[in-house]
Formats: sequence, C-alpha cells, structure tokens
Amino acid sequence: MLARAVTHALVGLDARKVEVEAHLQNGLPGLAIVGLADRTCQEAKHRVRSGIASAQLEWPSRRITVNLAPAGLRKEGSGFDLPIALAILAASRQFPLDRLAGHAAIGELALDGRIRPVRGALAAAEGARHAGFGRIVCAAESAGEAALAGVEPVPARHLAEVVAYFRGEIEPPPVEPVENASAPERDELDLADVRGQDRARRALELAAAGGHNLLFAGPPGTGKSMLARRLLGILPPLTADEALEVTRIYSVAGLLSPGRPLVRRRPFRMPHQSASAPAIVGGGPGPRPGEATLAHHGVLFLDELPEFQRPALEALRQPLEDGFVGIARVEGRAVYPARFQLVAAMNMCPCGGRGDPAAECACSAQKLAAFREKLSRALLDRFDLVVAVPRPRAAELSGRPGESSESVRARVVAARERIRAGPPARTVAASELLDRAVERLPLSGRGRARVARVARTIAGLADCEAVTEEHVAEALAYRSPKELTT
Amino acid sequence: MIELRRADERFPARLRAIFDPPRTLYVRGTGEPELLARRAVAIVGARSCSPYGAQVARMLGRELAAAGVVVVSGLARGIDGEAHRGALEARGVTVAVLGCGIDRDYPAANGQLSRRIEEDGLVVSEYEPGVEPAPWRFPARNRIIAGLCEAVVVVEARERSGALITADFALEEGREVLAVPGEITSSLSTGTNALLKLGATPLTGSADVLELLGVDARPAGAAPNLSPTAAQVLERVRASSCSADELTAPGALEAGAVSVALTELELAGLVVVAEGTYRAVIGG
Repeated sequence: MLARAVTHALVGLDARKVEVEAHLQNGLPGLAIVGLADRTCQEAKHRVRSGIASAQLEWPSRRITVNLAPAGLRKEGSGFDLPIALAILAASRQFPLDRLAGHAAIGELALDGRIRPVRGALAAAEGARHAGFGRIVCAAESAGEAALAGVEPVPARHLAEVVAYFRGEIEPPPVEPVENASAPERDELDLADVRGQDRARRALELAAAGGHNLLFAGPPGTGKSMLARRLLGILPPLTADEALEVTRIYSVAGLLSPGRPLVRRRPFRMPHQSASAPAIVGGGPGPRPGEATLAHHGVLFLDELPEFQRPALEALRQPLEDGFVGIARVEGRAVYPARFQLVAAMNMCPCGGRGDPAAECACSAQKLAAFREKLSRALLDRFDLVVAVPRPRAAELSGRPGESSESVRARVVAARERIRAGPPARTVAASELLDRAVERLPLSGRGRARVARVARTIAGLADCEAVTEEHVAEALAYRSPKELTT
Repeated sequence: MIELRRADERFPARLRAIFDPPRTLYVRGTGEPELLARRAVAIVGARSCSPYGAQVARMLGRELAAAGVVVVSGLARGIDGEAHRGALEARGVTVAVLGCGIDRDYPAANGQLSRRIEEDGLVVSEYEPGVEPAPWRFPARNRIIAGLCEAVVVVEARERSGALITADFALEEGREVLAVPGEITSSLSTGTNALLKLGATPLTGSADVLELLGVDARPAGAAPNLSPTAAQVLERVRASSCSADELTAPGALEAGAVSVALTELELAGLVVVAEGTYRAVIGG
C-alpha cells in the first residue's frame, strides 16, 4: 500500500518540491526513512509515531518505508514530520487517499500530536503555489505566512484536526487577510533628538536619498551610533514586493514574530564586533542566512568597525558589490540576497583621542598601524560617504532640537523618485572640477566614481536638472580621508 | 652605493667641520654626492606628531625645496617623513640620513618613500651595509643631520625627544636652530617651546628660514578668485582651525554650502583637512 504527500525543502531561500512516499508491506513492524534525511529528519520517526498514537489514530503494525524524493537532495529540519505522518495515515487508509491531492504540508509534530510551526513556511508555501497546489496544511501559527504566498492555508493545531479535515468532517477556518492584521510600525528614534552635527545629518540624508554606504569617524561619545540608528526613520517605507522578500528571509531564519506575519519595517541589523565571517554573510553546515542577508532592503550597522575580525569585514565585499551572497557547499550552492545599506562607525585610533581637541592620542605607532591594518583600502572604497564627526560644542547641545525625521524623509522620498525618473547628467564644468580634484587630492579612480555618484544624489535632493560644480564640490567633502589608512 | 672617505674631496665640507665627523659616509641614490655641499636645512621632530605638525613639516619641506634648499631629515615616521614628502611634492632635492646600515630601509614602512628620495636625492649613512638599527645609533645619526645643514628646524618635540639632540648638536657646531611654536597645553610642544625659551628662533613660515640663509623666496602667486562664501569661510578658518560643523553655526550657512566652500578652498591649496579639522595653510 502506497501513499504520497508533498512538502517543500529549503535550499537557501528557495523551496524544492519533495515527495514523501510511504509504503506499507508485510514483514517485521518498523519504520525506515530514506532519501538523505539529516539527524533532525531521522528523529521524525519517534515524533511521528508518538504523534499518531496521541491523536487516537492507529499506528500500522507493518513494515513502513518512507522515501523522501528526490533522493539526492539533502533534507534537514523537522518540517517533514507532518507530511510523513499524513503519508503513513493515507497509506494505511485512515482517511481517503485521494483527499491528499492538491495539498502540500509542512510542520513539526509534538509527542502529544500538536503541530508546531517551522521556519521557512512562507518559502514553502510559495513553492507550493509554483508547483500548482491550492492548499497547504501547516501549523496555525504559520497560516498568516502561508497566506502571503497566495496559497490557501489549512491551519491546524493538532494532527487529529488535520485527519478530521481530510475525512471531510471539518472545514478550515478562514484566515484573515494579513494586510489588516498589522499596522505599519513607526520608528521611535527621531532625528530631532540629534542636536548640532550638521554635516553628519546632511550625510545621513544623502545616504538615505542615494542608498549610499556611510562611515562615521570620530572620537567616542560624539553621537555616531545615535545618528546611524536614525537612518531607518528617514528611509522610504518598504514596497509590497520588498516586504515580501524580507518576510521570506525572516521566515527562513525563523525570526518572524507570530502576530505579525508580514515584515513592514526595513530591517536594521547591528551585529556585535565578535561576529565571525559566517555570522555576517551566512553559512554553516546547512547554510543559514547571515546578518548581511537579514539586513536585505535595510541597514547593516557595524559599530566600532575596526574591532571586527578582518575576515568578517572582507567577506562583506562580495555582497556590497553584487547584492547577494553565494555559499557553496558540497551538496550545492545557496544564494541569499543581501542588498543592504552599510553604515559603520569608528574611532580614529584605538584610544579614541584622535580628532578630539580636548584629548590627546596616546597610541603608539604600532598600535595605530594595527588598527588601520584592519580596514583594507578595498573595504574603505565601498563607503561613498565618509564623515568626520567632531565633538559638538556646548552651544550646539543646548540649542534647539534638529529637524524631525518625518520632514527629512519627505525630501528623501521625493529625491529618490526624481533620481529614478531620470538621473541628472553632469555639466562640463562639473566634470572639469572632478578631474582637477583627482589631480590635486588623493583620489583614486574608484573614489572618483563614488564622488560622481554622491554628486548625482546631491543634485537630486536639490531638485536640479544637472549635476553642477557645486554638487561635485560638496560630494568631494565626503571622500574618504587619507589618514584612515596611512 | 658610493663610499665617501673623510679625505675624499666630495666629502661634504660642513660635515667634515664638526667635532667628530664620520670616518666614511655611505651614499646611495641617483643624486650627485656634490649636492651635499648645497644649502641645506634639516627638518626634524616627533614620530607620533599631531596633524598640525604633519602639515607644517610638509609645508616647510615643500616651500624650502621649491626655493632650491636641500631638505635633510631622518626618514622616520611623523615629522621626518612629512618633510621628505613635502620636498618631493615640490620636485626638490631631499636627503635622508639613516641610523642603520646603508642597505636597509628603517622604518620599513617608509621603504617606498626612500625609493622616491633616491630618484633625485640621496640616502646617506655612516654605517656599512648590514648594520642593524639600534637605539644608540640614532643620536649619532642626529649629529650627521645637524652636521650636514646650515640650520635645523624642530617642528614638534616632546620633552625628551631625539629632535632636541639634533638641536643640541646644531648649537654646539654653531648652526642655526629654529623651532615652530606650538600650543603650550600640548605635550608635543614642550620640547619646541623649551627651545624657544632658550633662545631658538621662532619659525612662523618658510620665509623665516630663507631669510636666515639669505635665499630669495618664490614670489607669491596672485590670490585666487574665491566665491563670497569661500572667502567668508576662509576668514573664519584663518581665525582658528575648526570642524565643518563650527562653520555652519553662525546661522546663515547650511551644511551643504559649507562643504562646497571648503572643497573650493582645499582645491585652491588654502585649506587642509585632517581628522575632521580644517586648517588654513600658512602663507597661503
């Protein structure tokens, strides 16, 4: 007796269709799972057996072989529990075999038969839709996620409920549309809290308008991190497509909060300095998305940039250039999107005294050299905007609050639209100024391209038809200073 | 590499005149050994200098070299390296005096700099190839720096700095000693300010050295045409060095406009920036 259920396995962020075949035959009673199942997946045997017993269903005392096809694809995780249980129950005719048609399933079983949510439900549901399935059986907690993919979820709390549904005894409760389920959240950090720091604020606005990577350098306690955290508040809201992409990533990483299936807010990730290269770009034996991917369509903030391990920083170069991370494993290659905006903050020397008129740097030449060694020219070249954040004077701190995030965001959104509609071209005089700057200032070819990009953003913010000398001149003020590397 | 014996007629006369001239002077580089006889000024100072000191050293190196003076220094980090770089910027001649064997570059970080110095200038040492750098060799090296020059300029020095040893040698041999005044609150200025107290000539621009040597300074170029904002910003930066944010405070100027003005001044060579602080170029 043979029955077949369908589920989806995650490869990176994509779902691959996996057929779960259960075959019952005469012989010594027992259960064998074949088809490159990993440890967690092998342990399904015990969960499925207890789950079926707890649901007051019958465990067939036959020889059961479960095959996960395609056999060559590595399967991991506990999401196979539910489809395995369904295949076994259908093979032993505990509900009509043909009822499984048109359904995919994903979920982990508890020993008492309850169904637990697993990570990647959204991706699996999308896989189900692409494979032409109309419904997906999943944990009640995952129903909202599955509904986002355009598949009708069959939410269930217990295996007994699922069987009742397949026997035609109950109908799934309607899932309320997610659009109303969560109102967009507002960022509570406002730029109005930042007093003074005019140049850094200006750079933050440019970074938001042009999607530029931004580096703040300056003595400790001058508001570098405070400014960086407020970038999120001046970025335009996520578009529907972007929101779905971010949700898919968070679903795979298992980071979605149950009440809010759709991520509406741009992610802001702030890994600790001790993070390893796999933690930053993703990896591990069964690859997981790293911080760079979790920051997709959002902001990756690296505080105390030179304190990060050099391999971790160098690993960022690929996503910064290509917008994705490719992780190669013997079993195959996983590709994670990673189109984030990098914001970093650093002191100018290990003791933090440099750049502060009130303090004197006590770092030895060796310590300073080791500190700068961490930041390769190649990495610094990825920052379009480098801004020195000086210690603000008392007068600035006691002055009136700065402009609010909301009004800055309005300008950013308008500028982004203008630049998308038609990027302004450079005037002849502006190009000449750029050439002159390359001659007179320490500016590389890549540096020149960066300045040109920033100048275009400045022109866009100013609502100008063309990039003029003035825009190039301002952009030149944010170039990366030589003292950070030499 | 050339070996100049003390009896060799190409051995620089000024160096031969000091109390204990080296027996042999090893010389490498494409410059002629005769250039050691030209007018020469030493620019020395702290290795871990401030951005201000670095700027002054580079400016002095550039302007003295442009006036045809040979700039002598010790190839160390900080002030020494900046002085050499300044001279190279002006396509002038510069001489590096080593405290180790003539075949070595010390510190290694300045290897590339020493290669550039060799293109037109010279690297000299009293030590034969293979001699390791050692702490006690540097004071001995400093007597050669002082001996090669008519004047020694100390840019930044702490209380017990090698640059002060160079100044002492210069005084003993009757050469001029100039010191660049610094902030009295900074420990990097204690050495130079002590020299000033002892009667060293205060240096407020390269013209002071050139006047002392009797060399004509280059005629100053015409003031470039500046935008009104840039002129206003320049005036403020000349009053005291400051960050970009301090320039926006007077009210009228926006952060963007200030950046535009500062870049204009930077390109005109009137202002330099280091670690977020903008400074007016002296004599600019």
